[in-house]
Amino acid sequence: MSLADLIEVLTLRNYNTQLVVFSTTLLGVASGVVGSFLLLRKRSLMGDVLAHSTLPGIALAFLAMVALGMSGKSLGGLLIGATLSGLVGVAVMAGIRRTTRLTDDAAMGLVLSIFFGLGIALLSMIQTMPGASAAGLDSLIYGKTASMVKSDFYILSITTGAAILISALLFKEFTVLCFDEKFAASQGWPVGVLDAALLILVTLVTVAGLQAVGLILVIAFLITPAAAARFWTQRAGAMAVLSGVLGGASGWLGSTVSALVPDLPAGALIVLTTTVIFLLSLFLAPQRGVFSRQHRQRQLRRKVDRQHLLRAAYEILEADSRVAATEAEKPWDGMVTNHPIARTALLAKRSWTAKMVDRILRKETRSGHLTSDSAAQSVQLSEEGFGEAARITRNHRLWEAYLVRYADIAPSHVDRDADMVEHVLDANLVRELERASQEDEAWVAVPASLHTIPTPESSQS
Amino acid sequence: MNWTSLDTWIFVTAALCAVACALPGCFLVLRKMSMMGDAITHAVLPGLAIGFILTGTRASWPMFLGAILVGLLTALFTQWISRLGRVDRGAAMGVVFTTLFAIGLILIQVAAHEVELDPSCVLYGALEFTPLDRISIRGWEVPRAAAVLAAVLVVNALLILALFKEFRLSAFDPALAETLGYRPNFMHYLLMAMVAITSVAAFEAVGSIIVIAMFVAPAATGLLLTRSLPLLLLLACGFGILAAGLGVMGALTLPPMLGFKSTSVSGMMAGASGLLFLLAWAYNLLSKGRASRTLHSDSLVSQRVSES
Repeated sequence: MSLADLIEVLTLRNYNTQLVVFSTTLLGVASGVVGSFLLLRKRSLMGDVLAHSTLPGIALAFLAMVALGMSGKSLGGLLIGATLSGLVGVAVMAGIRRTTRLTDDAAMGLVLSIFFGLGIALLSMIQTMPGASAAGLDSLIYGKTASMVKSDFYILSITTGAAILISALLFKEFTVLCFDEKFAASQGWPVGVLDAALLILVTLVTVAGLQAVGLILVIAFLITPAAAARFWTQRAGAMAVLSGVLGGASGWLGSTVSALVPDLPAGALIVLTTTVIFLLSLFLAPQRGVFSRQHRQRQLRRKVDRQHLLRAAYEILEADSRVAATEAEKPWDGMVTNHPIARTALLAKRSWTAKMVDRILRKETRSGHLTSDSAAQSVQLSEEGFGEAARITRNHRLWEAYLVRYADIAPSHVDRDADMVEHVLDANLVRELERASQEDEAWVAVPASLHTIPTPESSQS
Repeated sequence: MNWTSLDTWIFVTAALCAVACALPGCFLVLRKMSMMGDAITHAVLPGLAIGFILTGTRASWPMFLGAILVGLLTALFTQWISRLGRVDRGAAMGVVFTTLFAIGLILIQVAAHEVELDPSCVLYGALEFTPLDRISIRGWEVPRAAAVLAAVLVVNALLILALFKEFRLSAFDPALAETLGYRPNFMHYLLMAMVAITSVAAFEAVGSIIVIAMFVAPAATGLLLTRSLPLLLLLACGFGILAAGLGVMGALTLPPMLGFKSTSVSGMMAGASGLLFLLAWAYNLLSKGRASRTLHSDSLVSQRVSES
């Protein structure tokens, strides 16, 4: 491949390349938009079923047209047949779902395999027919991306254009249908009609795509761009648009690549392009992507660990202060003084391993909350760390108090629950809790624990 | 009808295939994973192609192993994508199998320069020609496809018999199975392996359409008629054999009646299983109608009794 070839393909100078690139892009946009509704409705595989169940219709249309003395391969007739049998397939599926206890997937598998099998049986009969050449009907299964002609392009543009227009017009209706079918029904929306409209759109796109790019590619076009778009946005409108853009982009990229590498099947290359886009979205998308979600989870885990350590330290200090007050035979005034804590005391405070404690200690030393004395095996909270520890302990106890007062949880059971929630309390909620516990008791900076805190000494004894 | 000894072999092969598929198929349908059969049968293409490229011959062990491996990968990738990315299961399955199929097509295209491997043959199969390819087992001349399918059938039946309790529990209540230590996850992948092995063995011989049809249709038909798992398995096997018989007979009789020469036996088998399902469905609807009528008249009677 020379540079001249590359330029010729990229500038779409070749008429055939032009047709192919335009058609696949258009098809990608239409199926991306329609597919996004299918995905939200959790019916992604519907395209799969529809694509397979068009086959008997294609064969029957061929037979009917031959019987009427026309050429059996008039594309319009074949597409009408395909659409009708696809709709019959969908109707059968709906019937199975409504009247038997078989689940969606079984209904889909049944319709898909039986219709496709019948189609194959009919097609192989046709192939033995004397005279009428049925050669080329196969291209509806594998598509003939690279050899599209102008009339194909017209049919494709009309159907995909119609599909895009209808989804734009019915956008609100489809969104309601996808998110809350029962709500839609209770508001008086014609749910059955809308569902049928959506399926007719899918059928249109599938049939148009069958002819242009083949069965498998159409399935990929209906599923993959929508699944990729879902990673980038939480809004249905944005998702439909993005899904259309991604579908169009993969159609354009894939067909361009396949024009550069004419040896390889174009349909397969386009499918792989959509897959690459999907994988990129799966890992890299900012909110729902795998990497960013894992990053968030790691940060939360780190925050939880840190808060556990600080609270453990504070509770040890508190217990020590109480012991000191009793030894001095004075009533404890709730004052907690900061002094070095033995590492073993921290270790005994929670069910964590020495390795975990050391790891958290290292991190906290780095962030300036602690200073550790490795010779004495002890750590001391810094000014900042002590403040933070008091704040965390206070949040924990506030939540405990709230649970005991308002959720009727026994004081002995409240520790675990609070342990899980305290990390996600935000400032507003803390203020709320303060108000709730201020109503009936004297306010203290850090309320006393509602349950006995096991000290290292008491837990050892 | 002109039934020859070849047709007997075709029927035997088809029936073996149907039963081999129907057994794991019951569990696929029960676990709401019917479409997994479809996904795996499409997705094994690259495995076949790689095994083929490596060895250069059809029907060899590497090809078989490659296909099984890819079949398992399909299940694994689907699981990963739907869990990692929180993607709807169906969509994840669609992404995985279309991708693998595309890779397979490309590999075949690359390999096609050297050897003959026709994707349409993989998809539609040539049940008609299976009796021609024979091997001899202890002096018995058996079609190779029949021998392979019989072996797969025995493996499937033995596995289901041996692990019946585990299969049943993890199909109906995976959470309970987990707490009782039955490892439903392992059972899931075992089932996937069975599906992959069966579909590869079957569609090497008879094409993928009947594989998908035989995974779902007999089991779904049986499920309309019974609520007992052992009975379901038996019914599914019975419907599979029946569909095979009807399919072979239909392929012999139907085309001449309509003025054609011949048709695909696999396609007719799928059609026959569809017919059986329709009958069971109709029976189901009728008996349901009767039951609701009885219920209705019963409640009328009791109303009258309470009024008087």
